[in-house]
Amino acid sequence: MSSLFRSKVAWLLCFSLGFAPLAYIVYLAAQGGLGAEPAKALVEFLGEVAILALMLVLAMSPLRKIKQLSGINRFRRMFGLFVFFYASLHVASYAFLLVDWQNFIEDIYSRLYVMAGFVAFIVLLSLAVTSPKVMVKKLGKRWKSLHRLVYVAVIAAVIHVFWQVRSDYTEAAFYAALALLLLSFRFSYFKRRLFSVQRS
Amino acid sequence: MLIKIKKTSDICPSEITSESVYSSRRSFIAGATAGVGLMAAGISPFSSAALSTTYPNLITTPYGRGETLTPYDDVTSYNNFYEFGTDKSDPKKYAHEMTVDPWSVSVEGEADKTGVFQLEDLLKGVSLEERIYRLRCVEAWSMVIPWVGLPLNKVLEKFKPNSKAKYVEFETLQRPSEMRGQRSYLTSLEWPYVEGLRIDEAMHPLTILAVGVYGKSMPNQNGAPLRLVVPWKYGFKSIKSIVKIKFTEKRPVTSWEKSGPSEYGFYSNVNPGVDHPRWSQKRERRLPNSLFSPNRIDTAMFNGYADEVASLYRGMDLRKNF
Repeated sequence: MSSLFRSKVAWLLCFSLGFAPLAYIVYLAAQGGLGAEPAKALVEFLGEVAILALMLVLAMSPLRKIKQLSGINRFRRMFGLFVFFYASLHVASYAFLLVDWQNFIEDIYSRLYVMAGFVAFIVLLSLAVTSPKVMVKKLGKRWKSLHRLVYVAVIAAVIHVFWQVRSDYTEAAFYAALALLLLSFRFSYFKRRLFSVQRS
Repeated sequence: MLIKIKKTSDICPSEITSESVYSSRRSFIAGATAGVGLMAAGISPFSSAALSTTYPNLITTPYGRGETLTPYDDVTSYNNFYEFGTDKSDPKKYAHEMTVDPWSVSVEGEADKTGVFQLEDLLKGVSLEERIYRLRCVEAWSMVIPWVGLPLNKVLEKFKPNSKAKYVEFETLQRPSEMRGQRSYLTSLEWPYVEGLRIDEAMHPLTILAVGVYGKSMPNQNGAPLRLVVPWKYGFKSIKSIVKIKFTEKRPVTSWEKSGPSEYGFYSNVNPGVDHPRWSQKRERRLPNSLFSPNRIDTAMFNGYADEVASLYRGMDLRKNF
């Protein structure tokens, strides 16, 4: 099983799979299949892909503890970068296709959910920048603590979804439950952090 | 083998009027005198079989002259009808599950003539008009829609409301077995959906009960068979699939008001000067737009109907009564 993960074919498969959502939405847009407000549909789709990909990445470290799946660890960086890729497309399409520049600053003030999303994006940006092997080496121990910020990103992303709800919380609750589940696997880490804070 | 069973709600391609034909319909009808003769001799548009056909002989009105119509496909595929889900595409996907024939409306409260009325009886003897109105959603998008309907006051007067009738309350159908959005556990909206108007707003000649769009019967996703259209208020005031009309002395509490009192008020008049707490209302995106141009325009006070309706709110603080 783990040799399967190590093959070049598996790597190529995962790499091309990562572009599948983009290919799908570009195809749909070209067909005029995005409806009356295509930019909004595009931004929402890219956001959903980004948050689901983020959940997938967070699921990888609990999953690799299952012996047969330990090989997936190889794709963690790639998947992490895909999260950043879709988050960037989400932010770029929001900024260039959807936002009203005349009221942009005012909109940011009144739209707290944009702020929450922005926090998540800044975190993802800093993680993406420090993802090359050179940076891992350079940062040493600090790399790990920096990359724990991914927990901040997922919480901010879920808040970003929650604050946009107008009446039905089903989708937001789904993301929140998923995030809580994935964070619960890191319970021992959070406990340790809390204790060390108390001691100091 | 694929066996395709035709649903009664399926639209046969031959039933769809192309937009080019629709926009030139007046000259078409004027030219086709023989056709007009046939139509005039035809059945009443309100026999129940006719609910799924087109409406001939609509009275035309000057409303919306010069506006570019939002295409039929967009009007009927980009909808907020949370009874069928919160995605814009959900109503078109799932509203066909709602039975709209037979349909009755319960009339209650402060009026001499109350009771349960079949839709056909309610609309007997009325003449239908085409009203091209701007529809401004509270979410900052808008459309221009050619409704088929009649002034609400013509229907309400039939019930002879008494002097205690200060407000009119409306209710949407509640039927979770056919309306999947009503089966959601995690929603802050209470069912049935309730809306309301002050009696003078309800009696205003701009306020209509609509039974169709684009000269055809109302698609389920747009609120078949009977919905309200109040063009100077945000779209959610224009309640869909109405089953109850109640004259009340006390101001009704609407569904959105109950769900978010700081975000949605009773009046909900289109007002670029009063923002929604989570977004600006100064401008709107006129739909359809394209990927690279949001087609943004300034929002007008009372959605551009100020000349006709501003007097209803004279002396009121519209910031407080949002």
